[in-house]
Amino acid sequence: MSGDKNKVMLEIKDLKAEIEGKKILNGINLVVKPGEVHAIMGPNGAGKSTLSSVLAGRADYVVTGGEVSFNGKDLLEMSPEDRAREGVFLAFQYPVEIPGVSTTNFLKTAINEKRKYLGQEPMEATAFLKFMREKMELMEMDKALTSRSLNEGFSGGEKKRNEVFQMAMLEPKLTIMDETDSGLDIDALRLVSAGVNKLKDGERSFVVITHYQRLLDYIVPDFVHVLYKGRIVKSGDASLAKELEVKGYDWIKTEVEQEANA
Amino acid sequence: MAEEVDIIDQVVGQEYKYGFTTDIEMETAPKGLTEDTIRFISAKKNEPEWMLEYRLKAFKYWQGLTAPNWQNFNYPSVDYQDIIYYAAPKEKIKLDSLDQVDPELLKTFEKLGISLSEQKRLTGVAVDAVFDSVSIATTFKDQLKEKGIIFCSMSEAVHDHPDLVKKYLSSVVPYTDNFFAALNAAVFSDGSFVYIPKGVRCPMELSTYFRINAENTGQFERTLIIADEGSYVSYLEGCTAPMRDENQLHAAVVELIALENAEIKYSTVQNWYPGDKNGKGGIYNFVTKRGICMGDNSKISWTQVETGSAITWKYPSCILKGDNSVGEFFSVAVTNNMQQADTGTKMIHIGKNTKSRIVSKGISAGKSHNTYRGLVKVNKKADKARNYTQCDSMLIGDRSGAHTFPYIEINNKSAMVEHEASTSKIGEDQIFYCNQRGIGTEEAISLIVNGFCREVLNQLPMEFAVEAQKLLAVSLEGSVG
Ligand SMILES: Nc1ncnc2c1ncn2[C@@H]1O[C@H](COP(=O)(O)OP(=O)(O)OP(=O)(O)O)[C@@H](O)[C@H]1O
Ligand SMILES: [Mg+2]
Repeated sequence: MSGDKNKVMLEIKDLKAEIEGKKILNGINLVVKPGEVHAIMGPNGAGKSTLSSVLAGRADYVVTGGEVSFNGKDLLEMSPEDRAREGVFLAFQYPVEIPGVSTTNFLKTAINEKRKYLGQEPMEATAFLKFMREKMELMEMDKALTSRSLNEGFSGGEKKRNEVFQMAMLEPKLTIMDETDSGLDIDALRLVSAGVNKLKDGERSFVVITHYQRLLDYIVPDFVHVLYKGRIVKSGDASLAKELEVKGYDWIKTEVEQEANA
Repeated sequence: MAEEVDIIDQVVGQEYKYGFTTDIEMETAPKGLTEDTIRFISAKKNEPEWMLEYRLKAFKYWQGLTAPNWQNFNYPSVDYQDIIYYAAPKEKIKLDSLDQVDPELLKTFEKLGISLSEQKRLTGVAVDAVFDSVSIATTFKDQLKEKGIIFCSMSEAVHDHPDLVKKYLSSVVPYTDNFFAALNAAVFSDGSFVYIPKGVRCPMELSTYFRINAENTGQFERTLIIADEGSYVSYLEGCTAPMRDENQLHAAVVELIALENAEIKYSTVQNWYPGDKNGKGGIYNFVTKRGICMGDNSKISWTQVETGSAITWKYPSCILKGDNSVGEFFSVAVTNNMQQADTGTKMIHIGKNTKSRIVSKGISAGKSHNTYRGLVKVNKKADKARNYTQCDSMLIGDRSGAHTFPYIEINNKSAMVEHEASTSKIGEDQIFYCNQRGIGTEEAISLIVNGFCREVLNQLPMEFAVEAQKLLAVSLEGSVG
């Protein structure tokens, strides 16, 4: 499934970040190559959402050390919107509502802002609508949702599906999914995973944050990492997720503590 | 959150686009306000005696008044003797022929995006252009005439349609109504006059474009719209002014009369110069607008997008006299930097089964203050009157203020009055969400604000809705960063 073995899309080196003086990320190292799927698991409060927010450029977080490069560019130097335009997409754990703005209008703006950044002409209305119709079919999205105000009054599951639909529309290079599976019913989980799999083309990469092995049955990861106390403390292949499902995190926590004491 | 304030600091404060001045020879009245000033204006306009008498009566009444002070904003008292009450381009203008209009003036309106020349006219919109104190040109006059529609400047109407003017002028807003109405009645210079005959549906949007140019002048226009039985008209006004350090006064009066089964839709896109970032200069926009649904089943609908002016103080209102008549008020008021707005509406229910609807969206950024003030009054005989009011405020940053004063007076037990209000804040979360999709912060604010106002913007005629959207974006530029 992987693309060029020598190319690196995302490289995180010893990344440290804090919020309001509280250290959350304590030296993250991660390399993602084109076409790879990485799963990040870990107990509540470990720093998974923080990592995704820092990568997306959320201003509340202060990066106190380390480097992140994305396709050779210094990601941390870029504004959040430029990171997005360069092809970083974050499917939010808690998508926000924007009253009065339809998903259609929102995405049209987003796509055209990206095109402007890339020096391309804006997409005209008819071409855009056609493109959107195709993606809606591909993602099996309900028409009613895209004409409503963005996420307003959407159920938890609908919001998550809308995130994946937006991803399909924006065609990012790197997608970070923050617990997109939480709150999905079984059918929606299947639809969302199928959607993601349809977008895999050997070039696009995915970082999938999840608590459940179940999702990884559908979206099969090349690597599984365990994040604990702001560090990646264990990495492995898909079987690691299965092991965690059975054994929980205690054994890893114990391992970490033993190492610290040694 | 400290971060949010920073963001907001950076988006407010882009230059006012219409701040240029036109260099043209002007004829002005001497500064100050005396009986002589009024005689001067009346003589300039070659007015009949009855008009002058009316003005003088209003002036006498005004002299006995003091400026009101119940508003929810501060402003230094205006020196009414330090204002020029009449300013007009010197050149004699034949109102029917554009060829004779000074090219400088035509250029001015071109710059404002209002083309008066035959070839480039906005399709489907007839325009009356008012420059300082006088109407410059009215387009599509002949086409309208065929249907019996009168669309001309107020000065012309006084001469050509005295019966209509005598009958309706001051009938909705008498000069005794308030301080600024009295002042306007005394010194009004021009404005638009519209009459739609029985059963006629006006085939195009009618529009007046107001421009203040001259220094130290006030603009006091007067608009009168009469929709005869079973007729319909949609009317739009737009306004801009140059950037000047001193404040200028704009005190207009608008009167609407809808007879049986008639409908008037009145839209305003107000973009007077708001003053600079520190609150220097800008227009005082003190306007009295009122419509009466005289006949049964008539309807008056006000839509306003208020983005300009240092201070906006106005309450477009409806008197619902006819049975089953309907009043509507849709408003977006944006204040940024040091701007202040105290605006809203009055719905006076007199007839049976009368309905009113109020949708107000206030947006405050910078250190501005935005007040909604509205009255819903149901008279004794207004059986089954209904009102629905929705009043939403949006704050950008945490140094701005939003205030709501709804007044309700019910004198009939069968009335149903509902009021809903909300205050929200553009959250950092919403902005970051947009950023993460590749949408920059300014664009994000514009998107969110336009979404917030959508219900009101949808009421505007198509041609202007787009303009209004851009205007919202521009007036909030620099409000976040
Ligand atoms: N604004 C904040 N102020 C203080 N602490 C914060 C703030 N935001 C996050 N944290 C803390 O940072 C830590 C990591 O949070 P984060 O949301 O990254 O965890 P997570 O791994 O995504 O957890 P979950 O699995 O529950 O989603 C938590 O202890 C959280 O309380
Ligand atoms: Mg999380």
